[in-house]
Amino acid sequence: MTTKRVTLLILAIIVIASPFFFPSNFYYRVGSLIFVNGLAVTGMVILIGYAGQISLGHAGFAGIGGYACALAPVHLGLHPGLAAILGAAISGALAWAVGRPILRLKGYYLAVATLGLGILVSMVLANEAWLTRGPDGIEVPDLGLNDVLEFVGIDISNAQFWYFFSGLALVIGAWIALNLYDSPTGRALRALHGSEIAARTVGIDVARLKLQAFVISAVYASIAGSLLALQNKFITPEVAGFMHSIEMVTMAVLGGVGSVLGAFFGAAILTTLPQVLTVFQEYEQILLGLVMMLCMIFMREGLLPSILRALRGKDK
Amino acid sequence: MKTLTALASFVALGLTTAAQADIKIGATVSETGPAAFLGDPEAKTLKMMVEKLNAAGGINGEEIALTLYDDGGDPNKARTFATRLVEDDEVVAIIGGTTTGTSMSIIPVAEDAEIPFISLAGAIEIIDPVKEWVFKTPHTDRMACQKLFEDMKARGITKIGMISGTDGFGASMRKQCLEVVGDYGIEVLADESYGPTDADMTPQLTNIKNTAGIEAVLNPGFGQGPSIVTRNYQQLAVGLPLYQSHGVASKGFIDLAGPEAAEGVRLPGTALLIGSLLAADDAQKPVVDAYVTEYTAAYGEAPSTFGGYAHDAFAILVDALTRAGSTKPSDIRDAIEATSSLAGTTGVVTMTPEDHLGFDLSAFRMLEIKNGEWTLVP
Repeated sequence: MTTKRVTLLILAIIVIASPFFFPSNFYYRVGSLIFVNGLAVTGMVILIGYAGQISLGHAGFAGIGGYACALAPVHLGLHPGLAAILGAAISGALAWAVGRPILRLKGYYLAVATLGLGILVSMVLANEAWLTRGPDGIEVPDLGLNDVLEFVGIDISNAQFWYFFSGLALVIGAWIALNLYDSPTGRALRALHGSEIAARTVGIDVARLKLQAFVISAVYASIAGSLLALQNKFITPEVAGFMHSIEMVTMAVLGGVGSVLGAFFGAAILTTLPQVLTVFQEYEQILLGLVMMLCMIFMREGLLPSILRALRGKDK
Repeated sequence: MKTLTALASFVALGLTTAAQADIKIGATVSETGPAAFLGDPEAKTLKMMVEKLNAAGGINGEEIALTLYDDGGDPNKARTFATRLVEDDEVVAIIGGTTTGTSMSIIPVAEDAEIPFISLAGAIEIIDPVKEWVFKTPHTDRMACQKLFEDMKARGITKIGMISGTDGFGASMRKQCLEVVGDYGIEVLADESYGPTDADMTPQLTNIKNTAGIEAVLNPGFGQGPSIVTRNYQQLAVGLPLYQSHGVASKGFIDLAGPEAAEGVRLPGTALLIGSLLAADDAQKPVVDAYVTEYTAAYGEAPSTFGGYAHDAFAILVDALTRAGSTKPSDIRDAIEATSSLAGTTGVVTMTPEDHLGFDLSAFRMLEIKNGEWTLVP
């Protein structure tokens, strides 16, 4: 089997089989958070892992996706589901507008520009209180899909619904990302990751490809933001905060930015760690930092690729 | 292999649940993060009161087990912890939600699970409209505005300038103040703002100073901002009465602004701040005195208004548990709603099905800073 099929199979098994081991409903909540974060981080894999670009403002797109679900139903009368798509379109358009001039340049300009963009989005969300209701946040209407399921005879709790819905979104997101990897665009992206000059000499339109990767990853972050807002039924500008952007990059780098599955494990670890570490709550930040540092020193490619390599080494 | 890793992490989650005890209550507050100066005294207060109650024999012979989480002020985390308290720790009531954002995120969880939730945050949205399972202990921002405008009216002030923080507290209070200011025949002639981390508010205050006809200045905000406003205000020699909000009602504000700059500043505060000034027959005096003594003995520092919110939430819950004589969440909820004349640090609480806060403006005391100390405005 190809890596693509193996990855999708593993993800699907995790989504479907994990609930059998859940001692309580709370684990559905953690599970759905992992899947939502995993989806956002899959976008980071396309940007960082495939195209070799860094963004420090992706939470901004998550904020746009989340607030679209809060605002569009109220002001435009849109269904929350359509609002999420509108949010993704806005995020994509914004990424295109910001990325187009910047991605023509080589180097770390994108990181700096996105840093500014993310902070700008979170400031607008916090300060334009007439629209966003300010830093205290705003309610998000119900998606209503769970009611439909109930109507056709599938009766599950909200937490369970969001677990499976986010899980489905993650698997679809991973499928798209993996298809992209094997497509001509994906190969071209990896080529430019290896060497921009070499890629250019073989006739790859470097700027356009980088822009594509950036826009796609922005849409991933936006959808993840929407899913988070819809399941929480409440959203604050915190979602677009700088720390959230850093968290996304950290998850991707920790798990292994080159592979979708690695990114998923990065998301899983960093989402569950604060829950496991509540016993040491005062030292949580220190422990998180320590885990990150150890990973970076001993497993520079990220957790999953390093572990796989170690296993393979032993097999031989 | 990979599936195993995931499963192992899920199982590990299960190992951290609280020890078995008779009555399980849960709390999620912002001990760390930007709201730590609110959440830290709240957490300390809860821990102290649980210990004291259990040492004294608990409620109706049953001990209390408190599961306390630190949400770091992140609404998303607060919701996760609330879910965990309800689903995994199986608590019968939740105290928490240090900020309005975290409280609003916990509400859907409490409502869905039908578990009583007592919030420690200010915004009026938490209890208005009334939600079946949600109560709160702090005054609303609107009440602070009303108290301030009442005092201005009594002093014959009709035209004011406002300078507000753009953080959650400042923005919410500014909005509430603008909504009720008309009821007191007061006009807002200048409406300035500053960011939560700004280090100098001189330009905004100069604008206010140069606006003709202003008779007083109101500064809704908390954290360091109001201290800087107060210092700049003195440096510019504006010379008009300065009103601060209940958000800075702590000794730290006077220290940070300096007693000289803070001289004459008025703000609405709770009985907790001025324990020694309360009349001997004041219903809140014994409660306030006891809390101040215990907290100071336990932690070597004076309690803040915010710790007082947690004190009141716990007192309300203990009172309800005692009267309910049961640990069924719905019985506890009904008992909380029937709370009557319970003296807390913030006010004397009487809940009704229409009022899940339980006290009015009279619970606020108008304070004035004189020689670096709080004094009661008669």
